Amino acid sequence: MSKVIIYAEIKGGKIKKTAFELASEGRKLADALGGDLGAVLMGPQAEQFAPDVARFGVDTVYVVEAPELESYNSEYYAQALAQVVQEKNPEIVLLGHSMQGKDLAPRAAAKLGVAMIADCISFELDGGKLIGKRPMFAGKCFSRWTATGSPQIASARPNVLETAENPKAGAVEKISFSVDTSRSTYATKDLNLDTSGKVDLTEAEIIVSGGRGMGGNDYSLIEEMASIFGPTATVGASRAAVDAGWRPHSDQVGQTGKTVTPNLYVACGISGSIQHLAGMGSSKVIVAINKDTEAPIFTKADYGIVGDLFKVVPEFNKELKALLAE
Amino acid sequence: MKSLVCLKQVPDTETQIKVNPEGTGIVTEGIKYVINPYDEFSVEEGLRLKEKFKAGEVVILSIGPDRGTEAIRTALAMGADKGIHINDDSLNQADPFVIAQALAAAAGQVEYDVIFCGHRAIDDDFGEAGAMLAELLKLPQVTLVTKVEVAEDKKSATVERDVEGGKETVEVPLPCVLTSQKGLNEPRYASLPGIMKAKKKPIDKKTAADLGITPDPKLLSVGYSMPPERQAGTKYEGMEPADVAKVVVQALRSEAKVI
Ligand SMILES: Cc1cc2nc3c(=O)[nH]c(=O)nc-3n(C[C@H](O)[C@H](O)[C@H](O)COP(=O)(O)OP(=O)(O)OC[C@H]3O[C@@H](n4cnc5c(N)ncnc54)[C@H](O)[C@@H]3O)c2cc1C
Ligand SMILES: Nc1ncnc2c1ncn2[C@@H]1O[C@H](COP(=O)(O)O)[C@@H](O)[C@H]1O
Repeated sequence: MSKVIIYAEIKGGKIKKTAFELASEGRKLADALGGDLGAVLMGPQAEQFAPDVARFGVDTVYVVEAPELESYNSEYYAQALAQVVQEKNPEIVLLGHSMQGKDLAPRAAAKLGVAMIADCISFELDGGKLIGKRPMFAGKCFSRWTATGSPQIASARPNVLETAENPKAGAVEKISFSVDTSRSTYATKDLNLDTSGKVDLTEAEIIVSGGRGMGGNDYSLIEEMASIFGPTATVGASRAAVDAGWRPHSDQVGQTGKTVTPNLYVACGISGSIQHLAGMGSSKVIVAINKDTEAPIFTKADYGIVGDLFKVVPEFNKELKALLAE
Repeated sequence: MKSLVCLKQVPDTETQIKVNPEGTGIVTEGIKYVINPYDEFSVEEGLRLKEKFKAGEVVILSIGPDRGTEAIRTALAMGADKGIHINDDSLNQADPFVIAQALAAAAGQVEYDVIFCGHRAIDDDFGEAGAMLAELLKLPQVTLVTKVEVAEDKKSATVERDVEGGKETVEVPLPCVLTSQKGLNEPRYASLPGIMKAKKKPIDKKTAADLGITPDPKLLSVGYSMPPERQAGTKYEGMEPADVAKVVVQALRSEAKVI
């Protein structure tokens, strides 16, 4: 029986990288507890991903295939996940703190009568009990939490946990599940996805952000930079740029936007307000381009360039292109 | 149209958070408190629905210590009709499950067509209470909501929500729980007459016993810490754009090793 179970998210017909991060972490925890690692895959086409999670240490893959799980719905997915957890009775359940995870995990946890340690950046075991470390106030401080109930459920911030290949059997076990239709839920009418394949801010490895210093809604310079960096890079913004209507709300980085932890954060024309710094201050490397030498962003930047972004960024893009073309 | 708005009072976003010397929590001295920004969107949306249907009410439900009254009054000054203030030591700092239990118990004592929560509280950043409340009440949830249109018969709503890389439009039966996301609306400011009126609006005080619940914590904090202090790195001033670009791009590869 699995002592640790991870929920492996599938999106747009692909398994998400977070699933591998969770499997790698789950493997460590399962080994420490002396037990097996299970993974839950949901949806009619989910079974094909069993070998993928097995590569990162999963012993058993629980596949739930009900037709209602064809596309994501909070109630149906929470029912299915809660059922697997009840049947398999693991000590620990891990999910990704992705957009879907944020919707699914608390509902599933409530069905199981427990709370969740949300948005963890690291885990440890203390006498067999899970401790999750998580930012609060968008990263202005950290706290460590344990759960009193069983199972212990936690979600992990995408892109933070390391992946480690560790091939295991990944034996498929189909779970028979039928939806409890006595519970009402919403029906999806329309799904309007950005087809450019843009990664979500919270999962991007590189973020190029523009603030009020952009002077308008022409973000082509920083969009160009993001595209030179490649598909793991995306564009972000400060609230000033969002409130001006230059960028969509979903691009906002900060305490009332998204908290991000990319490997590289490039801030262009952003002063570095306390709310903005809270949201991006844990980035591994920060580059700031700002014409005001006193801008607070420079106190956090690993590389601070004092200058006009409209002069610096084109040169920066030229250098990047040359380097990455090599 | 009756809206029940779950509202948390949180430290202002300008607050420099400091962890206390014992590492058991944050230093609360001198903190200015405000309505959780996402809950402010909820208050506004409730008011707009009441205005649109020219009938109904907006009830504010908040769990927290004495100071929380101020946040409820602010919402009443914006135009909400009445408040329910749950003030109980066993609940004021509780985890999201216990909070959701208390909110569910309180919701059971009032009428509503829709319940609004924020998609997360910007102090603890859990982002759980809304979905948990929905589950405990056996209601549908729609999270990260940016647009709400309630049908004339108030039996359903068409709702737009943020999903990864785009928007989803759903139709949800009422009553349900919606969690507010930025983009839903621009909250109004309290007017002077609004502030005067708010002073006379009722705030119902309740304890855990009044709700008939005995809180049993599901999460325990085992210590707080400050993030590692980030040192300013190299600052390049007065250089030609082409030169500085070359130096920094090279450094990102050979020194920082991120590209
Ligand atoms: C409740 C609340 C919540 C908030 N939450 C957030 C949040 O989540 N995220 C967030 O970002 N903000 C948030 N804010 C807003 C925050 O306080 C700041 O107002 C905002 O971050 C400023 O954005 P900015 O840095 O783009 O603009 P500014 O502070 O105006 O800075 C613009 C910068 O651009 C530089 N500049 C101008 N022209 C050029 C040029 N040509 N080349 C180079 N540099 C140039 C300037 O020197 C300046 O430093 C919040 C505020 C409140 C009250
Ligand atoms: N103490 C509280 N009183 C009333 N509502 C709350 C309280 N705590 C959380 N909520 C609601 O639940 C949402 C999410 O909170 P959280 O799960 O703590 O991030 C908030 O935006 C509120 O709508």
